Amino acid sequence: MSVNAVVPAPGTPFVKRVEGLSGQKVLKCIQCGKCSAGCPAAFAMDFTPRQVMRALQLGLPSDELLGASTIWVCLFCQTCSVRCPMELDIAGVMEALRLVAIEDKHPAAQKNIALFHRLFLWGIARTGRLHEFGLGGMFNVRSRQPFLNVSHLPKMLFSRRLPVLPPWPWSKGAGEVRRIFRRVQAAQKASRGSHA
Amino acid sequence: MPKYAYYPGCAVHASARDYAVSAQLVCQALGIELQEIKDWTCCGASSAHPTSHLLGLSLAARNLRLAEEMGLTLTSPCPACTSRLAGARHELRDPAALAEVNDILGKDFGNTVGVEHLLQVLSKGDRALPVKRPLGGLKVAPYYGCLIVRPQKVLGFDHEENPQSLDRLLSAVGAEVVPWGFKTECCGAGMPMARKDMVHKLSGRILAAARSAGAEAVAVACPLCHSNLDMHQGDMKPNPKMPVLYFTQLMGLALGFSAKELLLDTHFTDALALLRGKGLA
Ligand code: SF4
Ligand code: SF4
Repeated sequence: MSVNAVVPAPGTPFVKRVEGLSGQKVLKCIQCGKCSAGCPAAFAMDFTPRQVMRALQLGLPSDELLGASTIWVCLFCQTCSVRCPMELDIAGVMEALRLVAIEDKHPAAQKNIALFHRLFLWGIARTGRLHEFGLGGMFNVRSRQPFLNVSHLPKMLFSRRLPVLPPWPWSKGAGEVRRIFRRVQAAQKASRGSHA
Repeated sequence: MPKYAYYPGCAVHASARDYAVSAQLVCQALGIELQEIKDWTCCGASSAHPTSHLLGLSLAARNLRLAEEMGLTLTSPCPACTSRLAGARHELRDPAALAEVNDILGKDFGNTVGVEHLLQVLSKGDRALPVKRPLGGLKVAPYYGCLIVRPQKVLGFDHEENPQSLDRLLSAVGAEVVPWGFKTECCGAGMPMARKDMVHKLSGRILAAARSAGAEAVAVACPLCHSNLDMHQGDMKPNPKMPVLYFTQLMGLALGFSAKELLLDTHFTDALALLRGKGLA
């Protein structure tokens, strides 16, 4: 065999899972770096998008990626995906990695970002719509930063741009959203059970 | 009269009330009817989908189904919602995914509804704008943000790298559009609570780029962009002091509405002094 021949690694179960969730074939990546060059969040990442693709190609231990800040600071802005010359959906790969991290309860490298998303969904699951005032308050308490963004409050309240009362939780919409949450949870439990 | 199923989304409904009000006024003036979807709920935003695909799709599909029932194309002023809803519509072309979501909803959703951002609706065709008060060469940097035009294969609107629709609308109402390179750079999106530092950095460089391109104001089409660029400006060092207006507010001024009607007095970075100087407020 020629020394230059690229022998595609068979892909670890972790890589296969990420490929399955994202619908992307990581070996297609030619490591050109265009995704990283345009990524607005790259400065806050421990692995750049190109490095994430490389780690998946090489089948590096899953802990490295699941425990990375990258999968949490990604803004899902799609810049990488629309620029990739190989038409890989890198944002979709980031999303898949985050899904796996959440499913496997891997500790998040960016605790506050994970907390934000949890609280966001907690609120939606109750009232069907986002309550910005409530989310901000809960985030400040739970992240122990009582004064975060508080300087904006007077103007927001005064100009009536920040409703203090939550959306009506007994509306038809809120009820239907609660049912969606319950049913999705049940469906996921069932499918996890059938895999085990 | 063109009629749309209107999905404001949580932010436009509350903290971006100025966007909602100006959008309604402009649409009224142009004879476009926005009929709000009764009982709309959160589209899932950027929290649901990367937590559980099925949850993200189902939350979006609930709203798509309501628009489908109305028999109208859905429009939203929020690019994040539009992207979530259009993304779900795209994924649900797969019959297996659609069946799974219908199971969750307990409804018969056919996934036949169109989804368009408000900018797309307003920039359609060559609509004559009844301009009463041209913006008199106000120098504006048109800022699209990341999600209005990305990805093309889902949205099919304008251009991913150098979009033009907002440029054209602003020129049509008498603004001078400055050329610049940050039209579709990301502002930091939903990070102002968890990673304020990222928002300051990303939004700060957008405002600096607008300034060095010679802009007197930035036009936006997204409630998250507005909050990051306007509200968080005061915390940036140095303070860029750059007025940030919704494109519907700029259009509204040209169509003859007052700054007060357009809630231009609710912004953090004062836009009124600039507008007064130009005889627009
Ligand atoms: S842009 Fe595409 S091909 Fe280039 S490094 Fe990134 S993922 Fe690989
Ligand atoms: S989607 Fe994520 S990885 Fe891709 S460019 Fe945006 S922030 Fe970077």
